[in-house]
Amino acid sequence: MFSWYYISGILILTGINLLTVLGLSLLTGFTGLFSFGHAGFMAIGAYTAATMTMQFHMPLLLALLLGGVVSMLVSLIIGRLTLNLKGDYFCIATLGFGEATRLILDNVQYFGGSRGLPGIPTYENNEYLAIVVFINVLAIVAMVFLIRSRHGRNMVAIREEELASQAIGINVFRYKITSLAISALYAGVAGGLMAHYLGYIQPIMFQLIKSTELTIIVIFGGLGSITGSVIGAIVLTFLPEVLRTFFQWRLVVYGAAVILIMITRPQGLMGGKELNLKAIWRWVKRRRGGAENDSSAIS
Amino acid sequence: MTAVLSLKNVTKKFGGLTAVGDVSFEIEKGEIFGLIGPNGAGKTTIFNLITAVYSLTEGEILFHGNSLIGKQPYQIADCGITRTFQNIRLFKKLSAYENVLIACHKLANYKIIDTVFFRYGKNYQNQERKLHEKTESLLKLMGLWEVRDMTAANLPYGMQRKLEIARALALEPQLLLLDEPAAGMNPEETIHLMELIRQIRDEFDLTVLIIEHHMDLIMGLCDRIFVLNFGKALAQGTPAEIQEDKRVVEAYLGKEDDAHA
Repeated sequence: MFSWYYISGILILTGINLLTVLGLSLLTGFTGLFSFGHAGFMAIGAYTAATMTMQFHMPLLLALLLGGVVSMLVSLIIGRLTLNLKGDYFCIATLGFGEATRLILDNVQYFGGSRGLPGIPTYENNEYLAIVVFINVLAIVAMVFLIRSRHGRNMVAIREEELASQAIGINVFRYKITSLAISALYAGVAGGLMAHYLGYIQPIMFQLIKSTELTIIVIFGGLGSITGSVIGAIVLTFLPEVLRTFFQWRLVVYGAAVILIMITRPQGLMGGKELNLKAIWRWVKRRRGGAENDSSAIS
Repeated sequence: MTAVLSLKNVTKKFGGLTAVGDVSFEIEKGEIFGLIGPNGAGKTTIFNLITAVYSLTEGEILFHGNSLIGKQPYQIADCGITRTFQNIRLFKKLSAYENVLIACHKLANYKIIDTVFFRYGKNYQNQERKLHEKTESLLKLMGLWEVRDMTAANLPYGMQRKLEIARALALEPQLLLLDEPAAGMNPEETIHLMELIRQIRDEFDLTVLIIEHHMDLIMGLCDRIFVLNFGKALAQGTPAEIQEDKRVVEAYLGKEDDAHA
């Protein structure tokens, strides 16, 4: 029913979403800052990388990296201006940033304005999937390493209790801006990947709804969990695609799935826990222990 | 002997309200200095001024002779001043172990780049191990080693207070500010806490500034006491002097005439 070409295509899109979600997970899940403007960072990465390969014939990986770096530099400026805002106000500022980026791109004729940028070099699906998987593996490992270091722990501390973090000498502003910059780097690279998969980008792809989708994935997977973000990205990218045959109903099912999670597991799918061998072993042991207790109760 | 901390004519106004007015005192090295006064006297405000949570309206605060004005709260911690909070501010969803481990971060100096590229390098591994060793020794000292895996919010109240002290000690401070450390503790726990504060003062070569309402603890523990009332200095002296002071008794219990009326 599904050809490999189709499935590999969805897998590539999943990888692209996952990369952005990983970055956003650091910002929202671990540092506690909500962003509704990450589509903007994706757009910056996408347009930068596309321009680099089209105009300057740069190799793909270098162009992707450059897209990420430019997106990161923009985030440093945005962060400096907005990160002193508290909670919801920062959230509104990122929303404004995302929409402003889209509107600017809409009006820059060099990038094709609202008609978009066609003719970006694309790659054969299998080859491209390999690149996406490679980048994602690197990104996940780097993220896990970061979170399990003193820097990652400091970010979690800021999420938990900002005043106490300052009292123990954590430079809250610096960690917030670092977190934002890393998430923008991830989003920028993901944007570049998207451009070179579709071969065509236009500003409307990076609307507010895209940012919202990304944040929904992070919350769906569970704040403060990398494995949660990974599972969330896979489920919530596959779901609408698999349901494409139902056409009009697919977004309803998508919405229902998100609401179901919010009702049954308000902390998200993984809820701050990680799924690894140790956790599985503990779970199995508890299960077995429980079963033994049950049997002894019967006898 | 130079003072570790000196407040000079410290004033803090919130709009028209003077929360702290013209307060001056000096704390000597190794002292346990008590700050007492009725509710709303401005004790916690003084803590917030020292740790730069609030900025001064007037006056000056010196730490080892250097002004603390214009510093950010995290820079105050870098100088060697840490605090606990009156309404406990732990990292609630993290374990007791993680709470202390996070606070140990100053003992390591590896950069973000190191975490990704040199994770298995000697430097990184050694520094991480040092953090874990420090965490272990602090938890054992405070008697929290057995509950290290418990979520901070689920700990009994007294243990949460102790965990806050352990977290503050992780920074190896020179001056420790304790904001009502015995609040919510029973008399037995309070006595135990007194011993503990003395012990950590000696062991870590600390100077302690403490706010407390338990008079037994204050009188038994402090070398000197400063009394605040409505943001103004009321009295200063040794515990014995303070207990004799008529003005202090008045501030706490009201005038004798009132009591009869």
